Amino acid sequence: MIVHADLPTTDVLIRGVHAVDVRAGLDGLSDVLVRDGRIEEIVPTGGLDSVDTEGLTVIDGAGLHCFPGFFDPHVHARTPGQGYKETIATCTASAAAGGFTGIVAMPNTNPVVDSPAVFGALLETARHEAVIGIGFTACITKGMKGAELTEMAALKDLGAVAFTDDGLPVTDAHIFRMACRYQQLVGAVLMLHEEEHALSGGGAMNEGAVSAALGISGQPNIAESTLIARDGAIALYEDARIHIQHISATESLDAVREARQRGTKITAEASPHHLCLTDEMCRTLDTHCKMNPPLRTERDRQALIAAVLDGTIDCIATDHAPHSRDEKALPFEQAPFGSTGLETSFAACYSELVLKHGLQLGRLVELLGAGAELIDLEPAKLIAGLPADLCLVDLNRRWIVGEDGYVSKSANSAFGGLELQGKVVLTLSHGSVAHRDPVLDHPFETAGTR
Amino acid sequence: MKHLISIDDLSRDDVELLLDRAASFSEVANREIKKVPALRGRTVLTLFYEASTRTRSSFELAAKRLSADIVSFSAGGSSVEKGESLKDTVLTLAAHSPDAIVVRAPWAGTPQLVSQWTDAAIINAGDGKREHPTQALLDLFTMRQQLGADLEGRSVWIVGDVAHSRVARSLIRILVLTGVHVTVCGPPTLIPPDIGTLGCDVTYDISGMSDADVVYTLRLQHERMTAAGLLPSLGEYAARYQVNAARLSPNQVVMHPGPVNRGVEMSGEVVDSPQAVITMQVKAGVVVRMAVLYELLAGSRSDVAAKERAHA
Repeated sequence: MIVHADLPTTDVLIRGVHAVDVRAGLDGLSDVLVRDGRIEEIVPTGGLDSVDTEGLTVIDGAGLHCFPGFFDPHVHARTPGQGYKETIATCTASAAAGGFTGIVAMPNTNPVVDSPAVFGALLETARHEAVIGIGFTACITKGMKGAELTEMAALKDLGAVAFTDDGLPVTDAHIFRMACRYQQLVGAVLMLHEEEHALSGGGAMNEGAVSAALGISGQPNIAESTLIARDGAIALYEDARIHIQHISATESLDAVREARQRGTKITAEASPHHLCLTDEMCRTLDTHCKMNPPLRTERDRQALIAAVLDGTIDCIATDHAPHSRDEKALPFEQAPFGSTGLETSFAACYSELVLKHGLQLGRLVELLGAGAELIDLEPAKLIAGLPADLCLVDLNRRWIVGEDGYVSKSANSAFGGLELQGKVVLTLSHGSVAHRDPVLDHPFETAGTR
Repeated sequence: MKHLISIDDLSRDDVELLLDRAASFSEVANREIKKVPALRGRTVLTLFYEASTRTRSSFELAAKRLSADIVSFSAGGSSVEKGESLKDTVLTLAAHSPDAIVVRAPWAGTPQLVSQWTDAAIINAGDGKREHPTQALLDLFTMRQQLGADLEGRSVWIVGDVAHSRVARSLIRILVLTGVHVTVCGPPTLIPPDIGTLGCDVTYDISGMSDADVVYTLRLQHERMTAAGLLPSLGEYAARYQVNAARLSPNQVVMHPGPVNRGVEMSGEVVDSPQAVITMQVKAGVVVRMAVLYELLAGSRSDVAAKERAHA
């Protein structure tokens, strides 16, 4: 279940915008009319010239692109209990600033989301705070301890969209197998953080030339790939459906391909930071570049990009992981893992994958929405009659990440200080304005002044 | 030169300057009154998050011989045990306006973090397994004493637990910087993959060691080796990698950063032989650290001195 707060909608007419939506078969200059939270009409430009603009906010879409709202299946909203890092209000606002109209929150909070009571309270908070759609996962095991299953059926009935112990693997193979069997009762996908702790053993970064030079314990690629191989085999045996989170290593991609080839119901996500950055960024010991799984080598990055291009990767997910300034102001080995990512996701992927690696823009938009399918939702589409979940993007705008601060409560972006191209200027979630870039203030003309 | 955090921050000229300065301070160490007023009125602070007697006393002696005031701060028994963050500790210490802070911590990168929170010159006295630059300087100083000032083309073998050694990481860097040919040798479990990217050769076979000019033996922190699956036994390690008379040629210089595990990484007879220059390394430690303190706080390339000249 995706929760939407009851927010006032704005009726909007966007004229002359380049709409791109592969799922809707759309790629061309369009006029979009949004009324009462829905896309009322979307037609080739000029088709809505005769519409009465009384009561409409009219936006000149010239030079802008319109995409269906993005969906992120992997976000740390830090609720409950870690409001100093992020809240549902700030997290959804941050997501809106990145063009997202739906996100899925991870359950490794304080307390962890492993019981109907915690889950129920979370839904209630979201109904008051969320500015876009948000769904919640629950833990696979109680306390994320890997020993006992949660009340998955009850949690599913309450609205849990998926189950995950994200941040930790389900180390015990038997417990994982039982989770796979129990899944037949609940249907929802198991999202897996794959890390063989016996191999990653406290590593704070990728194991390679950089970790060797810094004397920091590294996580080898096989810490990720071997557990994917194990879980792929178990899931196949039990006919379970699994989703591999934040793939970072070349060998992991091979493990996913092999599992899929054998018939395992397996999907996989990649994060913008793994697609754009490498462990070379860690040479300065900038703790913003410390995340788990770690930034890998250029070889891994290229393999990951190739996997996006060849379809091995099903969707892009940020693993948005906010931490406070004080938590990150520690020596590298002591600082917590995680980078924010919602506000930079599209721009990073566009700058790297589309502009440098020839990914079709329409395909990128598709990948940024595909996370919804993991939880059996239809991705947002630019089709008349559907909820108005969309964003407007200025593809030519270059910007320095963090220069104007962040919408997120936290500032720990691995992209901080880098220049990216492509900026989301407007996000509508079910027809309500969830994000509006100041640049729109001037041309943001209402009816009558035009 | 504002700080000494990593060997990577030094040019070859910087290294020459520091070692020349150290040579001039050697003379002070031989005087009856082993003290010069070079840093009178300056304050040097030591901030140690790890137990250390050797490095710390070496720095303290160096500071005292330059007439600086020295204050020591240990993590144990201090506000750190009450949960004070690194940043708050540094801000507190920085309020005393020290001219230099000598930092040791079990975490890589701590000295550069500290440098963000104070104007003092920062000297890295060991950060995690990353670097220990003054050790590398004193080792190079000792090698020069033994082999002459020009080490270009000489060969140094570093033998033992490279994976856990900040000494090795700084030493490889400074030797590569000064044109020395470096080979690291040890069992594969104690040699990090890709360490060769620092510019050294890597081998698991000790037989070529006898051709080296210098054999540098690393300390084996044997308490944790077998439990962590890194070594089957100390006996097997010693059988394969111990630096002993049977494996050495008579003219090779043998070094060790201390403290030595006699009979493990090095045989007792080698430790006691004239080939081993371990106590000379200790002696070099003081004069090299005097040179570092002097150059950072009063030397021609020091930021502090430059500022004072500007105000004069």
